[in-house]
Amino acid sequence: MSLETPLHRVEGLGSSHSGVSHFWRERVSGAALIPLGIWFAVSILGLAGGHYVSVLTFFSRPLNGILMAAFVVISLYHLVLGLQMVIDDYVHSPGGKVVLMLAARAFALACGALSLYALLEIARVF
Amino acid sequence: MADNPQRPGHRPRPLSPHLMHYRPTPTMISSITHRITGVGLGLGMAVLAWWLFAAARGPEPFALFLSLAITPLGQVILFGFAWALSYHLLAGIRHLVWDLGYGFDPRSANRWSLVIFTLSFLAPAGLFVLAYTGNGGYYL
Ligand code: HEM
Repeated sequence: MSLETPLHRVEGLGSSHSGVSHFWRERVSGAALIPLGIWFAVSILGLAGGHYVSVLTFFSRPLNGILMAAFVVISLYHLVLGLQMVIDDYVHSPGGKVVLMLAARAFALACGALSLYALLEIARVF
Repeated sequence: MADNPQRPGHRPRPLSPHLMHYRPTPTMISSITHRITGVGLGLGMAVLAWWLFAAARGPEPFALFLSLAITPLGQVILFGFAWALSYHLLAGIRHLVWDLGYGFDPRSANRWSLVIFTLSFLAPAGLFVLAYTGNGGYYL
């Protein structure tokens, strides 16, 4: 017998109302990163030796630009969720947790802004 | 004395689990390595952003990036990222398999940990061999 109400069970959120969705976001973003990570490795190897114009040509193709943007955005999303688990595990003062989570988000935002700006600029100019 | 769980002359009593009291197993090392490579890949995202931004800014910033990337230290760092991505991807797949409920018994978990460690070095080594033997650069 379960003391759980049927509504609570279908919501599937457990007792804290948020941990399960964090778990799922980390898994789903991780699963998306499997094909994107392989595509990324194949692409970088294909650009090894790195002539400037070839790199621009490569990323100005819509499919490559879009896949790279997806790799960056999903990786950073997955990174912020992952860093939250790490911070929750090792940092025990509430203030420290907040400061580090803000720092993690600021870092992800900065990396994302630079990368996406660069991809748009390459697509625009080339 | 009665409160001391480790009275002399008696069989040692079990203590609550703690990292320092466990003999390391492949699965334990594999778990912490997944965490370290995850954080390391996060730093790698900054290098990726720098590379893309340099390409967007023009030939000189791009040449500066390349001149640093081809130094021995640059190559070691790039190999580190390639290894971290391989490791984290393989161990990540295994995490998802665990989440489906498979592979939990200690023997197979330890065996797969060793397989993942081995493959995680072979994959980036293969990529670097291809690049250094001129088999990379197929998009140039
Ligand atoms: C390439 C495909 C990837 C897969 C399949 C994958 C999969 C996973 C999974 C399943 C977890 C959860 C592990 C746990 O709960 O202990 C995780 C954690 C994590 N991932 Fe990824 N990931 C990938 C790529 C990345 C990338 C590119 C980054 C960095 C930008 C990253 C950073 C992290 C971090 C920081 C954690 C938290 C580590 C921890 O809690 O121990 N991952 N990953």
